[in-house]
Amino acid sequence: MIRSLILQIATRLLVPILLLFSIFMLLRGHNLPGGGFVGGLVAASAFVLYSLAVGVDGARRVLRLAPRTLLGTGLACSVGAGILSLATGASFLQSLWVKVPLPGLSDPLKLGSTLIFDIGVMFVVVGTVLLMVFSVEDRVPGLIDD
Amino acid sequence: MLLAVLSVFAAAAVAPLVVRLSRKAAGWILATVPLGAFVFFIRQAGHVTHDGPLRESTPWFPAYDLPLTFYLDGLSLLFALLVTGIGTLIVVYAGGYLKHSDELGRFYVQLLSFMGAMLGLVLADNAIVFFIFFELTSLTSYLLIGFYHNEEDSRQAARKALVVTGAGGLALMAGLILLYQVTGTWEFSEMLAMGDTVVQSPLYVGIFILVCAGAFTKSAQFPFHFWLPAAMAGPTPVSAYLHSATMVKAGVFILARMHPVLGGTELWTTTLVAFGGFTMLMTAWLALRYTDLKQILAYTTTMVLGLLTMLLGVGTEEAIAAMVTFTLVHALYKGALFMLAGNIDHETGTRDLKELGGLRSAMPITMIGGLAAALSMSGIPPFFGFIGKEITYEAALHAGGWSTLILGASVLANAALVASGLLVGLKPFIGEIKGAFTREPHEAPLSMYLGPCVLGGLGLAIGLYPAFVDHSLLQSAQAGILQEPHELHLALWHGVNPALIASLITFAIGFAIYYGWERLQKSAVMGGFGRALGDAPGDGFERLLYELGRSSHTITRAFQTGQFRRYLLLIFTGTIVMVGGALLFEANLSWPSELGEVRYYEAALAGLVVLSALAAVRANDRFVAILALSIGGYSVALLYLLFGAPDLAMTQFSVETLTLILLVIVLIHLPNIDGYEPITSRVRDAVVAVGVGAIVTTVAFAALSFPLDRSVSEFMMQNSYTEAQGSNIVNVILVDFRGLDTMGEIIVLTMAALGVFVLMRMRRIRLPEILGTRLHSDDEPIRVDGDGETVPAGAEAGGAADQNGAEVHPDEPAGAEEAAPDDQSTS
Repeated sequence: MIRSLILQIATRLLVPILLLFSIFMLLRGHNLPGGGFVGGLVAASAFVLYSLAVGVDGARRVLRLAPRTLLGTGLACSVGAGILSLATGASFLQSLWVKVPLPGLSDPLKLGSTLIFDIGVMFVVVGTVLLMVFSVEDRVPGLIDD
Repeated sequence: MLLAVLSVFAAAAVAPLVVRLSRKAAGWILATVPLGAFVFFIRQAGHVTHDGPLRESTPWFPAYDLPLTFYLDGLSLLFALLVTGIGTLIVVYAGGYLKHSDELGRFYVQLLSFMGAMLGLVLADNAIVFFIFFELTSLTSYLLIGFYHNEEDSRQAARKALVVTGAGGLALMAGLILLYQVTGTWEFSEMLAMGDTVVQSPLYVGIFILVCAGAFTKSAQFPFHFWLPAAMAGPTPVSAYLHSATMVKAGVFILARMHPVLGGTELWTTTLVAFGGFTMLMTAWLALRYTDLKQILAYTTTMVLGLLTMLLGVGTEEAIAAMVTFTLVHALYKGALFMLAGNIDHETGTRDLKELGGLRSAMPITMIGGLAAALSMSGIPPFFGFIGKEITYEAALHAGGWSTLILGASVLANAALVASGLLVGLKPFIGEIKGAFTREPHEAPLSMYLGPCVLGGLGLAIGLYPAFVDHSLLQSAQAGILQEPHELHLALWHGVNPALIASLITFAIGFAIYYGWERLQKSAVMGGFGRALGDAPGDGFERLLYELGRSSHTITRAFQTGQFRRYLLLIFTGTIVMVGGALLFEANLSWPSELGEVRYYEAALAGLVVLSALAAVRANDRFVAILALSIGGYSVALLYLLFGAPDLAMTQFSVETLTLILLVIVLIHLPNIDGYEPITSRVRDAVVAVGVGAIVTTVAFAALSFPLDRSVSEFMMQNSYTEAQGSNIVNVILVDFRGLDTMGEIIVLTMAALGVFVLMRMRRIRLPEILGTRLHSDDEPIRVDGDGETVPAGAEAGGAADQNGAEVHPDEPAGAEEAAPDDQSTS
């Protein structure tokens, strides 16, 4: 496959924006359309795009973590959120909320254990997509070469 | 008592750390835990003998009315002392035996877990708690037998033990549940007084058979005796501990526990005497066929288990006295002899009698301990074994109608035992050094001769001074089985009586066998006998497992052809038949009363979906087909958006994009579609496709014709902000209201991703590896990978569609699937 300069340049600009956007999706999800699942898909798309532009090995380097680690971390986050509730005497996965008053804003910042759970979902989604794409690409090399 | 059990499990948990801190001292350090438990039980002994059983209850699962109850009477005390006492010596011994193993930590985790489970088993009062520990012993035994998991024999032996004892465990569980239905209690201590109720119940025969199935499998009674000798594939400390002194006695233990409840009937006596007696006689003689020290010891262990079962069947006061005495006798000498066999193996490199001899000067301390144990096994006065044998004969003489038969069988079996004892404990040390050992024979370290010497010494000490145990320990154990106190008095010398004469006959035959052993061992009769009763059941069992695996493979292959298109065809046809059938016969269909107005852009999107589907069908290029399908997918996403489901729409967009990329990565490697398929398969596909479309449409209309139940969505809407601090209901449901579902889903996602990962990594699989047996190891290795032109079958489906990851193609190369008859387009 021929490397496309346009794609590479565009990717460099797009990937940070996509990643920021994915975090945005994750955070706003509780009140507006979005959430960990979509956020995860967007973040995964960013890395897939990067791998299309510069190759799987490059994408792996940028990702730093193995997709399998992401899967494990994600599951640990989700289960951890549940155990956190257990530890405070609530039942498993019952949501806990802390309100942090912010200077200059009338509404306090609400932080919930559901956010940890949703981050876990996001990690699992990213890990799943990337593990599939990377391992398919490893097995059927040639499309995305370095 | 709870603390004693838990402390052993706690020791298992910290064992790897202890091993890491100090390899050499690990055994000694860890042994303090069972030693502490042993001391604890010794201190309880006075209480139990004088004041009666102790009972202890801790809440565990109140919701299921399941407390952790423990019950310490004479019977459980005897077993608890054996488990912790011999356990202490074994833990020390294993430290020496596996000194050079990298996996000593793992070994201790498994060994101490087993010890905790076994201790829980003998102490449990609640039948469910008992069963949990029972299963735990099967499981840890499986791990320990298979400790050398790199060796096929070990794995096979471990599986054999697990399947046999696990199946028996299931039967036992059913028996215990039936017992609960009859007695109305899960506590053994309460059942003990209800023997009459149980025996008269119509369920009695069922309970009896199921409990026997559990006990006979666990204690390796005929016809399940084959797993125990095979279990010798485990490390020697395991054989010494699990497969002679403790675990295999769990079956005998449950029979003893159940004796007041189920015992005393004709059925009980006949079954136990027949199976126990036959096992005893058969395996005692089978032992003589082997030259491997551990095999000889394994068969003599099943012999003793048969003897104990038989004595429980006889059930007289004397028989039970003999049973508890022999339990102790056997645990002492057999533990010691296995350690002796381990020492010899460890220090010379062989445990084959044909190669062993003349070790007396090289291993004097091991010899002294081992010889003491062997003489006890042979029942030679003044060792404890002699008392055990005398009291057995005494019990046999007064066994009622069966007595002649039982006495005859006991004498013959014990004669073989005399010979086996001398073979194991004496023969390796006398005579000349025969073969060239792979190692220079030398004395074992302290940790390894401590066990044989302590146990062998105890055998002598108790033999000389039986009052040490008879009134305290054994008498209360007997009372625990019979549920009524009896005097139990043991003595070396009873005067000249029939039992002594039987003993003398036993010695005569035994010594004769010992001297004629080499000829006997090689004789044709012995060979045929061994093949028929020693090898055949085990081989038959393996054969059965193999056939089970093969037939399930055949059935699976009939459905799981490995062709993705075939799967889709089956799934869609199934959908048509089942959903269509339900719609036809169950649902009362009517045209929905009002359909919303169709706006022009909705109609345009719907048209686009239809057009893209048609384009995908007509395309003669895979790439074009995929793109056309994607257009359909994006259009559907837009429809979601129009109908007020932005979350769904966003997800659909992202998934569509990623799927497209995945499919492109894969499809670019496939050859182009040249020409169409034969008309028959096209018509078939068309019929299925139109059928599915019609069904889905009908379902959509059917859904509209029912009034919508909004109570759930109302609840979500009202509570999402107040309860879960979020105004996006979809997200609140996902992460809060139904968070557990989401957790399940991400676990599924993870498994699917790992499935794809494994599938992509898979190079070749052998059929026998899947079936877990080596019977057909000459099968051709299977190619799953292709050669450039072909793609693994999993990849053809694309990541998203292939998420179940269950397609393992053991015996067809992926290339063959690609070129399957109804897929003529590929070359």
